[in-house]
Amino acid sequence: MNKITMALAGNPNAGKTTLFNALTGARQHVGNYPGVTVERKEGEYQRGDFNAVVVDLPGTYSLTTYSEEEVVARDFLANEKPAVVINIVDAANLERNLYLTCQLLELKIPLVVALNMMDVASDRGMEIDAEKLSAFLGVPVLPIVARSGQGLDELMAAAQEMVEGRLSPPDPAKVRISYGDDIDQTLLTMTRLIRDQDLLKGKYPSRWIAVKIIENDEALIKEVNEDSLDLAAQLLHEAEIVAAHLMKTFDTYPEAVIADHRYGFIKGILNRGIITHRYDENRLYTSDRIDKVLTNRFAGPLIMLAVLFSIYQITFSFSALPVSGVEAVFGWVAGLVEANLGDGPLKSMLVSGVIGGVGGVLGFVPLIMLMFFCIAILEDSGYLARVAFMMDRIFRMFGLHGSSVMAFIVSGGIAGGCAVPGVMATRTLRSPKERMATLLTVPFMNCGAKVPILALLIGAFFAQHQAFYMFGFTILSWIVALVAAKLLRLTVLRGEPTPFVMELPPYRFPTFNGLMIHTWERTWQYIKKAGTVILAISILLWAMMTYPGLSPEKEAVFVQERARIITLYEADSEAGNKLLQEVDNRQGGAALRNSIAGRIGVAMEKVTWLSGFEWRTNIALLGGFAAKEVIISTLGTAYSMGETDPEDAGSLGDRLARDSAWSPLVAMSALLFMAFYAPCFVTVVCIAREAGSWNWALFSIVYSTAIAFILSTGVYQVGRMLGF
Amino acid sequence: MKKISLRRMAKNQRGTITAVKVAGDLGRRIRDMGLVTGTVITVQGRAPLNDPVALRIRGNTLTLRNNEADFIEVEVEN
Repeated sequence: MNKITMALAGNPNAGKTTLFNALTGARQHVGNYPGVTVERKEGEYQRGDFNAVVVDLPGTYSLTTYSEEEVVARDFLANEKPAVVINIVDAANLERNLYLTCQLLELKIPLVVALNMMDVASDRGMEIDAEKLSAFLGVPVLPIVARSGQGLDELMAAAQEMVEGRLSPPDPAKVRISYGDDIDQTLLTMTRLIRDQDLLKGKYPSRWIAVKIIENDEALIKEVNEDSLDLAAQLLHEAEIVAAHLMKTFDTYPEAVIADHRYGFIKGILNRGIITHRYDENRLYTSDRIDKVLTNRFAGPLIMLAVLFSIYQITFSFSALPVSGVEAVFGWVAGLVEANLGDGPLKSMLVSGVIGGVGGVLGFVPLIMLMFFCIAILEDSGYLARVAFMMDRIFRMFGLHGSSVMAFIVSGGIAGGCAVPGVMATRTLRSPKERMATLLTVPFMNCGAKVPILALLIGAFFAQHQAFYMFGFTILSWIVALVAAKLLRLTVLRGEPTPFVMELPPYRFPTFNGLMIHTWERTWQYIKKAGTVILAISILLWAMMTYPGLSPEKEAVFVQERARIITLYEADSEAGNKLLQEVDNRQGGAALRNSIAGRIGVAMEKVTWLSGFEWRTNIALLGGFAAKEVIISTLGTAYSMGETDPEDAGSLGDRLARDSAWSPLVAMSALLFMAFYAPCFVTVVCIAREAGSWNWALFSIVYSTAIAFILSTGVYQVGRMLGF
Repeated sequence: MKKISLRRMAKNQRGTITAVKVAGDLGRRIRDMGLVTGTVITVQGRAPLNDPVALRIRGNTLTLRNNEADFIEVEVEN
C-alpha cells in the first residue's frame, strides 16, 4: 500500500509531541511550555500494511491566523490535504481543546480524535464517555495515554479505517454549528455566492470561507481577494452589514458571537452526560499547591532567583572540566601539527585558523549541552511558564516578554555567562517581536570572555575600586541591554506587545528520554550549522592578521639583531634568551602592524581617535570579533609583549598603565567599547540562524558597534572637556 | 450582582464573564483560550508585581496581563 500522509493537530501541552515520538520513535523535543514545536516535523509510522508519513503540526489553540504556528497548520491542512488528521485533545482540559476540534470539523477533513491523558483526567475524578462524544462529533474518538503508549493501536486502527474509507469523514449536517440567527442568515447568502462561483476552487468548504470572512480573518480575505475581487467585495459587504447590525443591537463583534457559539456548541455536547466530575471541578491539585509556593509574592521571586542562579552555576561550573578537556585535545592536536610540520603559512593556518576555529566551536559544546539540559528541565516541568509569569511586568516595560529573562541570565546577566547559549535560549519565546528584541540585546551582557578584559583594564587603571567597577559593569550591561531593547521596540521592531494570554500547564515530571532527545537535538544543530560558517570566518580572520607579513628588508633587520645577540651571549643563557624573546615579540608586533588587520587598524584611527583608541587597540578590537578572548592576546602582540594568556595578563596591564597612549579615561572609553561592541562571530552566526536571516545578524553587528562607539566617544570627549 | 472589569477582581473572587470587548488579535487570542461570555472564572493569584493575573478556568490555569484583563467584563456577587 502507498504511503499516506497523516497529520497530528492539537493544542500546545495536549501531548502532541509525546504522541509523535510514540508513533514514530523519531528524535524530537517534548515540551511543556506552550508551543515548543514551531518547525514542521515528520516521521514514519508503520503497522502491518499501514504506512504513513506523520507530520507533527505546530501546537495551536485555534485555526485563525493569530500566530505563525496557526498559519502553518492551516496551510498544511488546506494545501497538502492529509489522508487523515489525528486531533489530540487533553481529556483534563476538554472544553478548550474541543474548540480547535470544532474548527477542524468545519474544515471537513478526515478526522480522528485522540483523547489523551485519560490517566490525569481520572486522577482528577473525571469520567469521559468517549463513545458518546464520538456520536455527537460524528468522528471516531479514542481514549489514549500517549506517555505510556496505551490505546495507540486502537487509535491507529481507526486512522487506517478512515484512510481506507471504511469510516466516513465528518458529517457536515451533524457538526453544523449555529452562530445565531443574524450570522446564520448571512452565512446562507454568502455560502450560496461562494458555491455558485466556485471560489478558491474548492480548497476550503464554502461555509468555512464565509465564517472566516465574518471573523475578519486577514489571511483568508487576502486569498479571496486574489481569486476574485468582485466576489470578495460582495462577501465583505455582507459581512459588514451583519457586523454593523451586531454592534448596533448587541454591542458586540461578530468574532465574539462566533466564538461564543462555538463554546456554546461544545458545552451543549459535554452537558449531555459526556463528562462526570467526582470532585469540584475547580478544586486544587498538587500542581496548584506547588504553585502557591513557587509563585508566591515573596517566596516566588526568591526561589526563581535561586533556580536561575543554580542553572547558571551548573552550566558554567560543571562545564569547566569538559570544556578544558576539549581545549586540551585541541591543544594536543595543535602541538602535533606544530611539531611535525615545517614553519610556514600552512602550519600557521592549521594551528591558528583551522584548529583554533573548530576548537572554538567545539569548546562551547559542553556549555550548550548543559544549558539546554537545564532549560529542558524547566521547560518540560512547566516552571519556565511560571518564570515568564513572574518576570513579565518588569520585562514588558522594555518591550520584552517575561520569558526573556532566561536568555539574559545565561548570556551573562550574572557576569560570566555566554551569549551563544543565551541566543539559543530565546527559542522558548513565542512572541516574534519580543523574541527578536531579546536576540539582539543579550550579547550586551558580560559574558565570560569579557570578564578578563574588564579585569585587565580595571586592574591596571582603577585598582583601588576593582570590585565596585566590576559590579558596576554588570549593572551597566543590564541597563544598556534593556534600554537598547526598548529602543529597538520603538523603532525597527515597533509594534503592539504580543498578547500574553498564556497557559500555566500543570507541573509534570520531565521524562529522561524527552530531556535527552531535546538536549542532543539542539546541541547537534549548533555543531552542524555553526561549525561550517565559523571555520570559514576563522580562517579569514587568521589571514587578515597574518598577511602580507613583513617585507624582506624589515625581516632582515630582525634576523641581524638575533644574530648579534647570539654572538654576544652564550647559547641558552638566560639573559640571551630573554633578549631573543624580546626581538621575537617586537617582530610579531611589527608583522601585525603590517598585516591587513594592522592596516585597517591604522586606517581606523581616523575615526577612533574620537574615542581615544590608537591602532593597537583597533587591531585588538578587530581580533575580538573572532572571540573576545582574542582582544587580550592581540593587545599583547601589538604591544610587543608576545602572546598573552588572558588568565594571566598582569604584565600587559602594567605595560598599558605605563603607555603614554593610555590613561584612566582612555581605559574607561575602551572598557565601554569592548563591553558593548559587535558580538563575537560565533554569536553572530547563531543570531543569523535564530532570526532566520543574515540581515538581522549584520544589523546586530552594526547597531551594537554604533551604541558602543557613541558611549565610549561620549565618555571620552566629555571626560577630556572636564580635564581627566 | 454587579459587573466589574476583570482587573478589579480580588484574589479568590469568582465571577462569570459577561463580555469581552475587544476585536482583532488580542480579542481572538482571549476567546481562543476559552475566555468567552458565560465562562466562570476564579482569580487564582497575581504575579509578585500584581501583574499578570492568574485565572482558574474549568479546572485549568490561564494568565493574562492587567491591560488585557481590562477588556473583560465580569459579573460578581456583591
